[in-house]
Amino acid sequence: MGEYFNQKIETASRDELSAIQSERLIKTVKRVYDNVKQYRDKMDAIGLKPEDIKSVSDLSKLPFTYKQDLRDTYPYGMFACDMDEVVRIHASSGTTGKQTVVGYTKNDIDMWAECVARAIVSAGGSKKDFIHVSYGYGLFTGGLGVHYGAEKLGAKVIPSGTGNTSRQLQIFKDFGSNILCSTPSYALYLGDSLAEHGLTKEDLKLKAGIFGAEPWTENMRKEIESRLGIKAYDIYGLSEVAGPGVSYDCEKQNGLHVNEDHFIAEIINPETGEVLPAGSAGELVFTCISKEALPLIRYRTKDITSLNYETCGCGRTFVRMNRVTGRSDDMLIIRGVNVFPSQVESVLLTINETAPHYVLIVDRINNLDTLEVQVEMNEKMFSDQVRGIEHVENEISRKLDSVLGISARVSLVEPNSIARSEGKAKRVIDKRKLV
Amino acid sequence: MITKQISVFVENRPGRLAEVTEAIAKNGINIRALSIADTTHFGILRIIVENPNEVEKMLHDMGMTVSITSVLAVKLEDRPGSLAEVLKLLADENITIEYMYAFISKEGIKAAFVVMRIEEDLRAVKLLKDHGYEGPSIN
Repeated sequence: MGEYFNQKIETASRDELSAIQSERLIKTVKRVYDNVKQYRDKMDAIGLKPEDIKSVSDLSKLPFTYKQDLRDTYPYGMFACDMDEVVRIHASSGTTGKQTVVGYTKNDIDMWAECVARAIVSAGGSKKDFIHVSYGYGLFTGGLGVHYGAEKLGAKVIPSGTGNTSRQLQIFKDFGSNILCSTPSYALYLGDSLAEHGLTKEDLKLKAGIFGAEPWTENMRKEIESRLGIKAYDIYGLSEVAGPGVSYDCEKQNGLHVNEDHFIAEIINPETGEVLPAGSAGELVFTCISKEALPLIRYRTKDITSLNYETCGCGRTFVRMNRVTGRSDDMLIIRGVNVFPSQVESVLLTINETAPHYVLIVDRINNLDTLEVQVEMNEKMFSDQVRGIEHVENEISRKLDSVLGISARVSLVEPNSIARSEGKAKRVIDKRKLV
Repeated sequence: MITKQISVFVENRPGRLAEVTEAIAKNGINIRALSIADTTHFGILRIIVENPNEVEKMLHDMGMTVSITSVLAVKLEDRPGSLAEVLKLLADENITIEYMYAFISKEGIKAAFVVMRIEEDLRAVKLLKDHGYEGPSIN
């Protein structure tokens, strides 16, 4: 068995965990009922009072929270604390133009950092290591989330950020990075780029990588391990719940351990909302029981997975969630960024009164995700001059970049060349083999 | 001199241009002049026909994206220098040309015809006519 960042809690008995969860759940429910109109209204509507929640087994009495709730209260309407206590704002993609905004108090940041620290230690990391953070720094929770976690551990953080592959490799070599934190596809890309930079994996001090922000397969894990000469670990999170570190891999690599002293996990039937028993596949739901700024109750992640409560060979008693097998909505993850086809539609509507027919073609070329948006030409967009059409193409491209947060190639295609369907339009052709 | 030109959007796919021109031919339309503007991703096919309004409707009904633009068709003497002269005339008056292409008259007259897209078409027409230029009447 390896090391733990917090052995006491990571190996606590199920009874001890239940007790902690119950105590914190009761406090959190009271907090949100008193401070968040959205929750007070939801609970009043079903005649539920905070006092009715006496333990974690009363969890299913509580109403669900949806992404729509955050959109409806954009930006800070669901915060459960005084704005004076908020020390950080992050945001992620919303289904249309608006982002999903989240906030953190000092204690929230500290709690989140500990979750990530646990993940790093679980991947064999320690304060002696140089942690190379190759996630985007900014509103996205990836960069700063891992950064603060590594600092909490006392390790040496290299806030490398994304892009500039040559520089990343030079830093690996010269600064002695030990643990790489990035998306799995970027790790693969870096691995593939070693040779053309005159490097081999033996030239590097990398020993492990912690990869997340997008789904990845066992095959990809093996590829990454082989190319970079490291052991590759998974990490999971979402900004609505905290950020990376909601759950983390261990040396057994048989499911990710959920930090249950801070997040209660449930699996539900997405159609009926019924809680499903351990082992059943369904929609993953989280309840935050430690957060102060934005503790969401029974937040529906739309990720499909299953839970395993058996004690792991690593010694951790935290429940494990299995590899996420899909989404219950049409969200895509491209280069680690959440993309909704409806975002594309909203951009096209600004070019035309009715959105022209479009399709998203997602592929992975040389281990990097690519996005092409095919838009059908119509009379409104047409111009007799090349630069007129190029202007429309560029305008669509520019707006998409801004709304999606990643660059997409825009291809104008002939009318009626995009397949029509009778039911829900097939807006996405995903050529990547992800599972 | 002012002539109607039809523009058709053509995707950059092999065979697409052949398909479009075949469709035009099938409907008995005779193309008098033609040009293609190409970019990496798409092309704009520009054609001059005798009955542009009918042809525009026909192509539209076939599902193509089309539009009609006014262009200038000018008759030039078929000798070295005649093109440079007319372009200098326009340039001296600061009249800009967006694009142009040439075609042959079916009468077999020893003349060349040039099609030009000019934003300030009325000013250009007056200038050219004042200098003795004529245009063929096609449509």
